[in-house]
Amino acid sequence: MITVLAATLLVAGVSAVLAAILLVAERRLVAYGTCTIDINQGARTLEVEGGGTLLASLMANRIFIPSACGGRGTCAYCKVKVLEGAGPLGPTEEPLLSKEEVAANVRISCQCKVRQNVRIEIPEHLFSVKEYRARVETISDLTHDIKLLRIRLLDPDTLEFVAGQYVQLQAPAYGDNPDPVYRAYSMASPPSDSHVIELIIRLVPGGICTTWVFEMLKEGDEVLLNGPYGDFRLSDSQREMIWIAGGSGMAPFWSIIRHMDEKGIARKCTYFFGANKKRDMFLVDEFRAIEKKHDWFTFVPALSDPAAGSDWDGERGLITEVVDRRVEAGGEKEGYLCGSPGLINAAIKIIKAKGVPENCIYYDKFE
Amino acid sequence: MIAQTAGAEGTSLGYLMLILLSATFTDNILLTRFLGMCSFLSISQQLKSAVGLGVAVVFVTTITGALNAALYKYAIVPANEHFGVPLGLQFIVFIVVIAGVVQLLEMLIERVSLSLYYALGIFLPLITVNCAILGACLFLVNLGFHRNLLEATMFSFGSGFGWMLAIVAMAGIRSKLKNQYIPLGLQGPGITLIITGIIALAFIGFSGMVQLAK
Repeated sequence: MITVLAATLLVAGVSAVLAAILLVAERRLVAYGTCTIDINQGARTLEVEGGGTLLASLMANRIFIPSACGGRGTCAYCKVKVLEGAGPLGPTEEPLLSKEEVAANVRISCQCKVRQNVRIEIPEHLFSVKEYRARVETISDLTHDIKLLRIRLLDPDTLEFVAGQYVQLQAPAYGDNPDPVYRAYSMASPPSDSHVIELIIRLVPGGICTTWVFEMLKEGDEVLLNGPYGDFRLSDSQREMIWIAGGSGMAPFWSIIRHMDEKGIARKCTYFFGANKKRDMFLVDEFRAIEKKHDWFTFVPALSDPAAGSDWDGERGLITEVVDRRVEAGGEKEGYLCGSPGLINAAIKIIKAKGVPENCIYYDKFE
Repeated sequence: MIAQTAGAEGTSLGYLMLILLSATFTDNILLTRFLGMCSFLSISQQLKSAVGLGVAVVFVTTITGALNAALYKYAIVPANEHFGVPLGLQFIVFIVVIAGVVQLLEMLIERVSLSLYYALGIFLPLITVNCAILGACLFLVNLGFHRNLLEATMFSFGSGFGWMLAIVAMAGIRSKLKNQYIPLGLQGPGITLIITGIIALAFIGFSGMVQLAK
C-alpha cells in the first residue's frame, strides 16, 4: 500500500514540479508585452498582446486575411507583406514562399509571431472584409455530389461584393477536426441581392468542410463566414470573353452572368462548362434561357464521358478539347477560368495557344 | 587496449574523456543499439536538417540525461530503499521529464535566440518521442553513471553526440547517393538501412576497445 502511494506521489510530484516550471516559464518567456501593428503606413494601428501569431492578432482585431487551413501553415493563403519587425524567416514558412516573395518581405502570417512592433502592408480591400453571422435558408441538390446553399446574412445583414468574388465559410470543430477551418467558395448569386448569398459546394471525399456541409449542416443552422475576397471579376476591357469552368467552378459565372443580365452588360462571351457524365451536369436550362435572351452569350456545356446511347445533345469530349475545337485563334480575347488546378493549368495552355495574352487570363485556383 | 574501471575516489579528466569516447564511438547509441532509427531514416536526406536535428538531440540528451540521473539518484533510488517502490518507475519519470524539458527548452530558445529556435524549430518537438534519448537515460542508469552527475552528463552528451555523428554521416552519404543509380525497390529507406548496417559493422570493430564499468 505504502509502495503504491510512494510511487504515485513520486510521479505526481515530478509532473507537478515540471508543470509549475512550465507555467512560470510560459508567463515569463512567452509574454512579449503590448506590441503595435502598423498597417499600410499608419492607415490603421493596432495594439495587441505580443506572442500570438500575426494572423490571429489581425483576426482578433477584425481584419481578415484569407486563410483556408485554420492557421496550420499548409494553405499559404495568408501571405502578408511585413516591412519591419517580423524577425528571421521560419522553417515552416520557407517552403511556402518563392524567392521573389522572400525578397519582397512576404511572410506567412499564421506562422509568424508578433514579438515586437511590426509594420505590415495589406491590400486595401481587405479592410472591407468582415465576419458575418448567417443562416442557411435552403440546401438543394444540384447534382448527386454538388449542393447549392442559400444563406441569409444576419449580422451584419448586408454583404456588398463584386460578381466573381468569394467568401470563406467556417467549418466548426467536429469529430476528428479539432479546430475550425475556413474554405473559400465563390458567390454564385448576383450582387444585386446583398442580403442573401448562394454558394455551390461539391463534396470532396474526406474533405473537412465539404463533409460537414453534406453530412451535418441543416437548413436553419447558423454559420460563420468572412469576406468578400478576390480579384476575379469582369475586366474593364471590351475584349471578347472565353469562360471555362468545371464542377463547382460554375459558381462565379452563375453570379457574373446574372449580374450582366440584370445590368444589361452586353459583351460577347462564350461559356464552356465541362462535366464527366450527365449526372454531373447542372444549371443547363437556366444558362440556355439566358443564351436565348441575349445574342452576345453562347453556352457550351460538354460531357467528357456521356454514357453510350444517352440523349445528350451537347458537346462531347474534355472541355479543353471542346475549347480547342470551337474557339478561333486570334482576335482580341480574354480568358476567365474557374475549377480544379488541373483544369486551370490545361485551360491556360489551350487559350494561350489561341493567342490570348497571359495578362488577359484571369482565374481563381481552388485547391 | 584501454580498460578502466570507475574509481571510487572521484573522477579524473581522463576518465571523463574515456566515457565521452565510449559513448560516442564504441557504444554509439544508433549504430550499436539501433535506437532513434525513425528520425534517423526520415531526416537524413539533407545535410542541413540532419545537422539541425543532431544539434537538437545533443542538446536535449545532455540536459535530460543529467536531470534524469539526478532524479534517479536522489528520488527513485531512495524511494526504492525506503518504500520498496520498483525501480521500473524510471520509465515513467524519465519520459515525463523529457517531454517537459523539451517544452521548456522550446520556449527558452525562442526567447533567447530566434535564429537557433528556427534552426531547431520543427525538430525540437519531434525529439520528445526519439527513443535514443530515453535509451541514453536508461543505459546511463544501467551502467551506474547516475552515481556521479558529472559522469552522467558526459555520458549523455557523448550519446547525443554519437547519434548526431551517425545522422550527419548518413546525410553526407545520402547526398552523394542522389546522383547514383539505385534499383527501384531499394530506393529510400531500403538503401539507407543497408548503408546503416554497413556502418554499424564498422562500428562493431570498435567494440571492446573501451570497457565502461558497471
